[in-house]
Amino acid sequence: MAHKEVSLSIPSAPGMELAATAQAEALGEAMRLSRDKIDEVKFALVEACINAFEHAGQPAGRVDLRFRVSQRPGGAEMLEVTVADRGKGFDPARVEPPQLEQKLRGGNKRGWGLKFIQSLMDEVEIRSTESGTTIVMRKYK
Amino acid sequence: MNESCRVETVRDGDLAVVRTEGYINREGGEEIERCIQTLLEGGVSRIVLNLEKTKIVNSIGISILIEVLERMMERKGALAFCRLTPTIDKTFRIMGLAQYAGIHATEEEARSALSAIA
Repeated sequence: MAHKEVSLSIPSAPGMELAATAQAEALGEAMRLSRDKIDEVKFALVEACINAFEHAGQPAGRVDLRFRVSQRPGGAEMLEVTVADRGKGFDPARVEPPQLEQKLRGGNKRGWGLKFIQSLMDEVEIRSTESGTTIVMRKYK
Repeated sequence: MNESCRVETVRDGDLAVVRTEGYINREGGEEIERCIQTLLEGGVSRIVLNLEKTKIVNSIGISILIEVLERMMERKGALAFCRLTPTIDKTFRIMGLAQYAGIHATEEEARSALSAIA
């Protein structure tokens, strides 16, 4: 399959994550990724987008997306999705893994996004600095 | 671009089935929460949440579902999910939700499981 790449810039506004998932779905179908794998990419992408929206840095901030279909050195195809914001960044190592038992005993119920992304995708890279965060997610065919 | 969530309820004594349709994000989660709160105040203690027509959820919607589950546990009630997509099923199991709420293939199975609780 020929190398395919699509770039998209979306406003950090509720609901825009669905525009991103439509692109992931189209590319996933084009490379004949299984339905379950497409849905896992969409779920992880929603989480990466809403995380970026919350940290986009300004009320009218934008989030940049890149979708790339390519081949691994071994020959297997993969869908790579990159989500970048220009927020203040965070230290992924300092994000505590969520524990449902604790969350059911009161307090903040949020904090699942990174766990979902890392559990649903085959490879995840997070690069975060004071000028923004980039999450690269890969799903193999 | 948005896909609003619609909620339908069917009550049978102290058991109710809540069927959702659409995206469970913040607004969808809050709609489910309002609906379940009304049921709890009306004496319902066992609820089946049928997500057959929900193909996507996000972690904000899920956090509201955790609040609903917490409230039901405080009232000694029981919550069960059914008709989940494979990805939503996988996500709920990653969270450990199956330890606190039933996860069933069909609405019938979920109703039977909750009906068996004394």
